[in-house]
Amino acid sequence: MLTFFIRRLLTAIPTLVLISLIIFLLLDLAPGDPLADQPLSIPPEVRQRMRDALGLDSPAYVRYLLWAKQFFWVEPLYFLDWVAGTNFSDGMQRIVSWQFRAPVFDIIVQRIPQTLWVVGLAYLVGVIIALPIGIISAYKQYSWFDQVGTFVSMIGFSVPPFFSGVLMIVFFAIMLPWFPSIYDTTLVVDDFQSLGQQIRQMTLPVMVLALQTTAQLSRFMRASMLDNLNHDYVRTARAKGMTEKVVVLVHVLRNSLIPVVTVIALGIPSIFGGAIITEQIFKVNGLGQLLITAIYANDLPMVQTLAFIFAVLIVACNLIADMLYGLLDPRIRYD
Amino acid sequence: MTDAPIAAVPAKPDTSGRSQWWDVWDQFKSHKGALFGAAVFGFIVLSVTLGPLIWTLEPTFIDIRARNAGASMAHPFGTDQLGRDILARMMAGGQVSIAVGLTAMLISVVLGAFIGVVAGFFRRLDTFLMGLTNLFLALPLLPLLLVMVMLFRETLARSFGPEMGTFILIVSAIGITSWMQTARIVRGEVLALKEREFVLAARSIGTPSRRMILRHILPNVLSPIMVSATLGIATAIITESALSFLGLGFPPDFPTWGRLLFDAIDYLQQYPERVFWPGLAISLTVLSVNYIGDGLRDALDPRIRGR
Amino acid sequence: MRLKTILMGAVAAMAIAPVAHAERGSDGEVKIIYWQAPSILNPYLSGGTKDIESSSLIVEPLARFDETGGLVPWLVDEVPTVENGGVAADLTSITWKIKEGLLWSDGTPFTSADVKFTADYCMAPDGGCAQSAKFDGVASIETPDERTVIVKFTGPKPVPYAAFVGAQSPIIQKAQFENCLGAKAQECTSANFGPIGTGPFVVTDFKPNDVITMKANENYRDAAKPAFATLTFKGGGDAAAAGRAVMETGEFDYAWNLQLAPDVIAKMAEGGKGKPVSGFGTLVERIEMNMTDPSPDLPEGERSTAKHPHPILSDEKVRRALSMAIDRDLLVEIGYGQAGRPTCNLVPAPEQFASDNTDCLKQDVEGAKALLEEAGWTVGADGVREKDGKKLKLLYQSSTNAVRQDFQALVKQWWTDIGVETELKNIDSSVFFGGDPASPDTFQKFYADVEMYANNFDGTDPEQYLGQYTCEKAPRPETQWQGENINRYCDPAYDELVAELGKTGEISKRAEIAKKLNDMITKESMTIVPLVDRGRVSAHSNSLGGVVLNTWDSELWNAADWYRVK
Repeated sequence: MLTFFIRRLLTAIPTLVLISLIIFLLLDLAPGDPLADQPLSIPPEVRQRMRDALGLDSPAYVRYLLWAKQFFWVEPLYFLDWVAGTNFSDGMQRIVSWQFRAPVFDIIVQRIPQTLWVVGLAYLVGVIIALPIGIISAYKQYSWFDQVGTFVSMIGFSVPPFFSGVLMIVFFAIMLPWFPSIYDTTLVVDDFQSLGQQIRQMTLPVMVLALQTTAQLSRFMRASMLDNLNHDYVRTARAKGMTEKVVVLVHVLRNSLIPVVTVIALGIPSIFGGAIITEQIFKVNGLGQLLITAIYANDLPMVQTLAFIFAVLIVACNLIADMLYGLLDPRIRYD
Repeated sequence: MTDAPIAAVPAKPDTSGRSQWWDVWDQFKSHKGALFGAAVFGFIVLSVTLGPLIWTLEPTFIDIRARNAGASMAHPFGTDQLGRDILARMMAGGQVSIAVGLTAMLISVVLGAFIGVVAGFFRRLDTFLMGLTNLFLALPLLPLLLVMVMLFRETLARSFGPEMGTFILIVSAIGITSWMQTARIVRGEVLALKEREFVLAARSIGTPSRRMILRHILPNVLSPIMVSATLGIATAIITESALSFLGLGFPPDFPTWGRLLFDAIDYLQQYPERVFWPGLAISLTVLSVNYIGDGLRDALDPRIRGR
Repeated sequence: MRLKTILMGAVAAMAIAPVAHAERGSDGEVKIIYWQAPSILNPYLSGGTKDIESSSLIVEPLARFDETGGLVPWLVDEVPTVENGGVAADLTSITWKIKEGLLWSDGTPFTSADVKFTADYCMAPDGGCAQSAKFDGVASIETPDERTVIVKFTGPKPVPYAAFVGAQSPIIQKAQFENCLGAKAQECTSANFGPIGTGPFVVTDFKPNDVITMKANENYRDAAKPAFATLTFKGGGDAAAAGRAVMETGEFDYAWNLQLAPDVIAKMAEGGKGKPVSGFGTLVERIEMNMTDPSPDLPEGERSTAKHPHPILSDEKVRRALSMAIDRDLLVEIGYGQAGRPTCNLVPAPEQFASDNTDCLKQDVEGAKALLEEAGWTVGADGVREKDGKKLKLLYQSSTNAVRQDFQALVKQWWTDIGVETELKNIDSSVFFGGDPASPDTFQKFYADVEMYANNFDGTDPEQYLGQYTCEKAPRPETQWQGENINRYCDPAYDELVAELGKTGEISKRAEIAKKLNDMITKESMTIVPLVDRGRVSAHSNSLGGVVLNTWDSELWNAADWYRVK
């Protein structure tokens, strides 16, 4: 297992470098212009000068190598300086966003708290609700609980957040003015009152997001439980006189978790990717909003960096999922 | 494919020439939810395909004096902000949305299942295929779609005509960007299945890989695939509207359910019925497909069918 | 109608409301929401409206435009003119006299050196200054004393009010930006995120593309202003959400540019927490005709270039018929309501430059049909006109925007009525307005027969705007598809007249030439088919007083005068 882990970790590095190159080429090929949001009253000559100032005219490989150097060398050094108080990175150019003319990482760090609060919490809530729903639905297949669960989760999944978000605002912010419709990112939680405020402003976006996660996960959980409930080992366990609780929650659940673990692991990177539409509706302005505005503004250094961080998380989470398979089902061999 | 099933269900004594598919159908019939789902889905498909023959108003015809009208005999579902008949738009939109939803879902599920099975079964390909999956998961969607459209739109439009070309572009764009989850899930299941006793047994009698996959592995990963498929339809219908909205899909006056829903959101407070119809249609389609999937899954599982 | 009543109500309320004679910072917090989020607070590095308007709370120009488009002195005693001797008689220099005792928000004195530095900053090579067009023709800047700035031009400059005038060209502090000249401009993050200014507010925290928090400027020149102690400027989301936050939930005080259907705004106003305000500028939504052939059968590099004139639209009669078939009143009613009015002019304002051209306002379907017949296009079997076996079929593209798609659908129907088949296409605005020469979908490349978008000009003088339609400004492969003459319109007489406008100083003469240019490109040749003169709709809460909507400058131009209605 350990050797497998180390081997996978080592193969991940060239994979990631390749992924970063492909992302770069893709972004370079995509149509778009970082000056698209500038007003038309700016004449073409001035636009050209602005483009030159951003360094857009150097050839693609130069820009890629520059980015790679900044990402893999300058930024870690800068981080080291920040932690240890050294000054290795003095005078080195960090990755600078075209929209903000500011280091990309400073802005990402600024965005992480609200993303984790809202998207992360929603994911956690979604997982915690989905698992019991899926288990009970499967155990009592076609009971009223199962039917209602199916109905609600299917509606939850087929209704896109651009609709459910606005609906929530109309109900719970306008008709019943219980919750704010706009997330205040400047709120500092330092006492009970501000904590209450934070909880209030998180409620609606978390509900919208958790609905999606719950719907999806509970379906997979249910299907997988159903597959296992009819297996011979379940009958054996029951015949041995084990309690229903142990049979279902220990034997069946453990064997049913493989697809669920996969789905959960796939979802974790997307927490950091943010929830683009929900963030936009409630103006949470987390990483999702950062990514989408950067894409629209063709802020390539920002998109490239975010996409690459995202890739690292995906590779890492999938590796973790692979490890978990081994724990859940010791028969899975890797060597 | 169809001549082999006797070996697969040896426990079931066959009654005079009945093939396995009759059993499947019998089981499917006895599943109330599935029958109901099939009926609703059939109804939706029929009404969007045959409906326009009866309700002949043009979905793009603008009757400006009748704009924002409520339900009436002339317009049973009312009209939109330009006075276009919403019933006609729902039917025209349904054709596209269902076609896109099903086709894109099929592409994504077949691709995902194939890659997942191959990666899980053949260890040598695992690293490469999972690298590919990770790559696709990591690629930012919007630039990828923009590049695909830029590269292929004109070529496709030239060889298949503008409408068919756009359709092919959209379903492949959605399919190609949404197979990864299925692939990961299937692979995880296959990794575990591969070590089960029945697979070892089959291997010990020298079953070739191809048959092993088709006969022993695939039927056992069917239920997560089914779930991915149902969820995939909803995602495809919504994604299609996002694509058209970005200008990567159908022309702006071409209605689809996703687009109708999106356009109606600004009017949520004045004319709530306008979001209701497309929202209901999408939910019903997904729900009915889900029940059909449930029924199929039960029907295809010999352990349940035997009971 | 409803909107109008509300507006009247607002005017009445404003008249009655007592003008607050509060002291600085006595009214607490004011919250502004822009659905586009500011990404930088230095207008010299980004010309986006969101960036310019948010920074206008902090940095200010020497003079700016008021809500009527008139020039008002801001950091100077008076606006220099030829009459008061501020502008040289030969129009080659302008002398600004800075107000006495002016301080930066950090307490240091504001001097002519700062003004000169601002010009140096923007004119520095490699700086990528977004506003460098404002400094075109500036030869040198002299500062004989601390309060006097003399701008010398390379030649006579009939309208010398570009540099240091309007929200696009504010004064930045020399001490803060001294080390940010040229290529280094991009690296001065802290200065770009928190410029020191003379405006009513100073930045306390800037989260790019999210939120700006500001507090009142301690050293603001009017001791009683601003009335608000702090200001929150939130960005992001969409126009509907911004309107809702001001008019329905009352979470915010001011929402910018509500591009929404009129009935949606009216419904929001029923929320009762705030009201919409509107004003008109020079923004015109128009259909542009492609004078060159965009056919995909042509080799790349020859599509949409002057080599191949357009097979259908080269005929003036067809263009005129297409315009006649459009009912502009209905477009306004559906898309803009009170915030729009039908127009036939490319330059709808200011008044002295607006031509009296109103021919297009009346829809004339029969006339349009007759004109097409006259041009040789006869109705074919399927109702689509044809000529010499060629169908009258057009591709009509625009950017993605709910109102534009409604317009496309309506215009398509009218054109169908006169026998023109239309295919619609919408393109995401970041691609459409992005100048990527590799993309086939940019508005400059114009791989379509007609396209629709809106454009305007800064300030009140249309010379540069009208000058965009000269022959050599056509986008083409040799210019990397850059250029402003989107239609590839080319008329030597027009070019001559543009050159003449550049030499004319007398204002009435200039107006005459500008009107003629406007007419040549609109009603005479139908190259540009203006549709709607688009106003701006913003909204403010009932409790926010002092708002004067200004479309000629930053909307937040008089934020120092805002107060809380009690």
